[in-house]
Amino acid sequence: MSDAKVIKPESLTIDWQSDKTNRRVRRRYAANRRLQAYGIIAIVLAIGLLGVLVTSIVSTGAPAFVQTKVDLQLDIDSAKVDPQDPASGNYRTIFRDAVANTVPGVTSKNQRSITKIFSSDAPYIVRDYVVSHPDVIGKTVTLAIPVSDPFDQLYKGVIPLKVDALSWSEARWFERLKNRAVVVEQDGRTGLKLDVYIDPAKVEAGPPPSGEFAALAQDSLQAYLPNVRDSSLFKMLADDAPEAIAKRIAADSGVIGKTVQIVFPVSAPYAELAKGETPKVLNPRYSPDQIEAFDTLKERGLVRSPFNWELFFRADSRFPERAGLAGAIAGSFYALLVCFLLSFPIGIAAAVYLEEFAPKNRITDLIEVNINNLAAVPSVVFGLLGLAVFLGYFGLPRSAPLVGGMVLSLMTLPTIIIATRAALKAVPPSIREAALGVGASKHQVMMHHVLPLALPGILTGTIIGMAQALGETAPLLLIGMNAFIPSVENVGLLEPATSLPTQIYSWADSPERGFVSRTSAAILVLLGFLVLMNVIAVALRHMFERKW
Amino acid sequence: MIGYLLLLLIALAVFGYFAGRRRAVSSVGGRQQELHSRPNYHGAFVAAWIGIPSILLVLVWLLLQGPVIDHLLLWSLPPGTTDGLSQGQIDLMLSEIRSVAAGNVFGEPSLAVQAAAERYQHWQVIARWAMAGAAVSVALLGLVLAGRRISPSFRARHGAERILSGLMIACSLIAILTTLGIVISLLIEALRFFDRVSIFEFLFGLNWEPQIPIREGQVTAGGAFGAIPVFAGTLLISAIAMTVAIPIGLFSAIYLTEYAHPKVRAAVKPVLELLAGVPTVVYGFFAVLTVAPALRDFGDTIGLSIAPNSALAAGAVMGIMIIPFISSLSDDAITAVPRAMRDGSYAMGATKGETITKVLLPAALPGIMGGILLAVSRAIGETMIVVMAAGIIASLTANPLEPVTTVTVQIVTLLIGDVEFDNPKTLAAFALGLFLFLATLALNVLALHIVRKYREQYE
Repeated sequence: MSDAKVIKPESLTIDWQSDKTNRRVRRRYAANRRLQAYGIIAIVLAIGLLGVLVTSIVSTGAPAFVQTKVDLQLDIDSAKVDPQDPASGNYRTIFRDAVANTVPGVTSKNQRSITKIFSSDAPYIVRDYVVSHPDVIGKTVTLAIPVSDPFDQLYKGVIPLKVDALSWSEARWFERLKNRAVVVEQDGRTGLKLDVYIDPAKVEAGPPPSGEFAALAQDSLQAYLPNVRDSSLFKMLADDAPEAIAKRIAADSGVIGKTVQIVFPVSAPYAELAKGETPKVLNPRYSPDQIEAFDTLKERGLVRSPFNWELFFRADSRFPERAGLAGAIAGSFYALLVCFLLSFPIGIAAAVYLEEFAPKNRITDLIEVNINNLAAVPSVVFGLLGLAVFLGYFGLPRSAPLVGGMVLSLMTLPTIIIATRAALKAVPPSIREAALGVGASKHQVMMHHVLPLALPGILTGTIIGMAQALGETAPLLLIGMNAFIPSVENVGLLEPATSLPTQIYSWADSPERGFVSRTSAAILVLLGFLVLMNVIAVALRHMFERKW
Repeated sequence: MIGYLLLLLIALAVFGYFAGRRRAVSSVGGRQQELHSRPNYHGAFVAAWIGIPSILLVLVWLLLQGPVIDHLLLWSLPPGTTDGLSQGQIDLMLSEIRSVAAGNVFGEPSLAVQAAAERYQHWQVIARWAMAGAAVSVALLGLVLAGRRISPSFRARHGAERILSGLMIACSLIAILTTLGIVISLLIEALRFFDRVSIFEFLFGLNWEPQIPIREGQVTAGGAFGAIPVFAGTLLISAIAMTVAIPIGLFSAIYLTEYAHPKVRAAVKPVLELLAGVPTVVYGFFAVLTVAPALRDFGDTIGLSIAPNSALAAGAVMGIMIIPFISSLSDDAITAVPRAMRDGSYAMGATKGETITKVLLPAALPGIMGGILLAVSRAIGETMIVVMAAGIIASLTANPLEPVTTVTVQIVTLLIGDVEFDNPKTLAAFALGLFLFLATLALNVLALHIVRKYREQYE
C-alpha cells in the first residue's frame, strides 16, 4: 500500500476541449436548431395552406365578377308585342330575329346552335326590359344580352377553345410502340408495322378478299400492348387500316394461315404526334358554326365583359350566367336580424345576472357548465334541435329565416354570454363601489355605470358571434334554408329562403361549369362580409379601449 | 296580424310608461322629491305589467293554437273517418284540410274534407280574434292593476328591479332549456327509432343502407341500420385530420412561444387564427375544388388510384381547419408553465430545445392533451367539409384513399329535403345525432377536466 494515491474518477474530469465533448455540444445545438426548423416549417406550412386556399378561391372566383355580354339590336315589333299587355309578347321570335340580323350566315339549320351562344334566359330579359319600358314598343333597342355559360367561360379563357386530342395515356401507348420500333413512315403516312396472324377462320381469300379485317388489325395491335384494357386504344388505327390486310391478301393469298408483317396507317392525331406535335381538336362543347359566329361578334366589337352587377342584384337561377346572390344575402340578413334581436338582449341579461347578481349555488353552477358545453356542441346538433322542436313540435314554417335566426341565436348565445362576462369583469370594482357609495341600488350601478362602460366589449363580442353565425351552414341545411329563390321580391321572415353559406353549398353541388366560378365568387362575397364585420369589431375595440 | 298585435301591445306598454310617470308626478302635485321612487320607475313598473303578461300570453297561445285546433278538427270529423288510420295518414289528412283551407285545392277533396276546411278557416279566425282580445284585455288589466298601486309611498323602484331580475333569471335559464331541448328531442326521436330497429343492430351492425322505400312499390334495398361503418368512417377521417393538425399545430405553438421574436409572434398568431375564422363550407369547397383533384393527379403519377371523394382529401382539409385550435390551446398550455421551471432548466445549461422537450412539454402535456381532445370533438362534429368532400355510401375500410362516410354526413343526407317524422330513415338521423352529442359532450367534459386539474397544480 506504499503507492497509495487518490484515484480521481474518470467521469469527473471533463476535458472541455476534447473532440468528444465538442461533438456532444454540437449535437445538442443541432438538435435545438432542428426543433426550431420544425417550428418554422410548421408555420410556413400552415400559412402556405391558407395562401393556397385563398389563391385558389380568388383565382377561380375572380372571373365571375365580370359577365360576358353581347350588344344585340332588338326590333320590338308592335305586331309581336301588344302595347296593352307587354308581358305576353312573342319575345322568342323577336330575340331569334335579332340574332339572325346580327350574326351573318344564320340558316334554319344552324339557328338553334347559334342561339345557344346566348343565355337561355334571353327572351325573358327582353320581356322584362319591355315591361319596365313600355315606350320602346315599335322601336329598336340595344340590349346587352349575357352569353351562355360555355361562351362566357370561353371568352374569359377559363375553358380552352382547343383541347388535346389524345389523353396522356393514349400518347403513352404510342410512345411505347415507338420504343419498340414499330412506328414507320411509308408512302408519306405514318404507319404501324405489326405482326399479323392471318387467321384462316376469319378471312376468305376471295377475290375480292373478305373477312373480319378490322378485328384482325385490332388483335394484332392488342398483342403489342397486352396490358392495355381500353378500347380507345384502337382509335390509333386509321379508318382505312383494315384495308391493308385486304391488299396484302389480294397480292398474295398464300399469307392466309401465316404470320406476316403489315403496315397499318395510324389516325390523324397520332400522325401529328409522330411528327413531334401535340395534336389539338376543337373543344367538343362548341360547334364550328358557333365559334365562327362568336368570332364575328367579337370582330364587330359587340362582345363586352362589364362588371357583373347581377351577381349582387339578382337572385338564384338555373343558368349560371343569370344566377346572383341577392336572395341569399337577403335571407342571411333576415336570419342574422332575428339572431341579433334574440341573442343580444338575452345574452346580455343572462351574462349580467350570472356575473353580478347570481348567488353561488348549484343552479348557477349548472347554468355555467351548460353554457360552456353548449359552446362546444357540434352545429349540426343545433340543426337537429331546430328541426325537432321548432319545425316538428311548434310547427313553424320550414326554410324560414325566422327559424334559421332562432337556431343561430341558440348557437351564438354562449359566445355573447362569455364575451359579455369578460367585458363586465374588465370594469374595475372602484366604479361599482363609488356608485354604491353615493347610494345607487345594485340595479342602478349596473344599468347606469357598469353596462355603458362594458358596452364596447359586449358589442365586439356580439359582432364576432354574428360573424360566426353568418358562416354557419349545417343547421340551416337541416331546417331547409337552402330553398331555390329565383326572385328577391318575396323574401320575408316566414317565407322560404336561402342564405349565403347554403347558397354556396347548393352552387357547389351544381354540375354546370359556370357555377364553379360563381361558388368561388359567392365565397369571396361571404368572406368580404366576415372581414368587414371583424374589422368593425377590431375598430370598436380600438376606439373605446380604456386602460383603467 | 300577429305582427300588428305585438306592435299594439308594445305601443300600449309605451303608453303605460308615460301614463304611470304622469300619474306618479301628479299624485304629489309635481313635488317629485316627495315620491319614494323616481317617476321613471313608476312608468317602467306599469309598462312591465302591461307588456310582459300580454306578450307571454300571445306566445303561449301561438304555441298551443295549432295542436288544439288540430285536435278539435279530428274530433269534429264524422265518426269513423279516422278509424284504422295510422298517425302518418292522419297527419296527411290534416295537411290536406289545411291546404284546402288555404285555397290550394289539388284534385277533388272529399265532402268531409271540404267541410272540415271551412270549419278550420272559421276556427282560425275565431282563434286569432280571441287571442287579440285576450291579449289586449290582459294588457289593460295590467294597466289598471299597476296604475292603481301608484302612490307617493309606493316602492316602484323595487318592483321594477324585481321584475328586471326575474327577466334576467329567465334569460339565464335559456341555456339550461337549450341543453334540455337537445337532450329530450334527440332522446325521444332516437327511442322511437330503437322501437323499430334494435339498438344492438344499430350499435354493432356492419351494414348501413338507410334507403328504405318511401312510396309503395319503390324499389330500394330493404334498409339496414348498422352504424359501425359510419362510426369507423368518422374515426378514420378524424384520425387523418389529427395527423395533419397535431404536428403542424404543436410545432408552430412551440416556435411561437419559445423561439419567435415577439414581433413575429404578434404577426403570425392572428394569421393562424384566420384559419379558424374561415367558414367550414369554404373549406368543403376548397377540398372539392383543389385538394381532391390535386391528390388524384398525384396518385395518377405514382400509379395509385385515389377516389375523388377519398377520406384523405376530406381529412386533410379538416386537419387544416383544426390547426389553429391545437396551436392556440398548446400555446396557452406552454405559456402557463411557470417561469421558474424554464429558468431552472436554463441554469443547468440546457439548450432551448432541451428545455422545451424535457421540461416544458412534459409540464404542459395535460393542457396539450386537453386541447387535442377538444380538437377531436371538433373533428367528429364537423359537418360541411365532409358533406361536400367525403362519401355518402358507408363502407367499412381503413384505406384512406377510398371514400368513407361519417355520422354528420349521414345526418345531413338523411334529413335534407322533405322530412317525414314517421320514417325510420329520419329517426336514424336523430339516433346518430344522439351518439354524436354524447361523444362530443364526453370529450369536452374530459378535456375540461384534464385542463382544470392541471391548472390547479401550478396555481
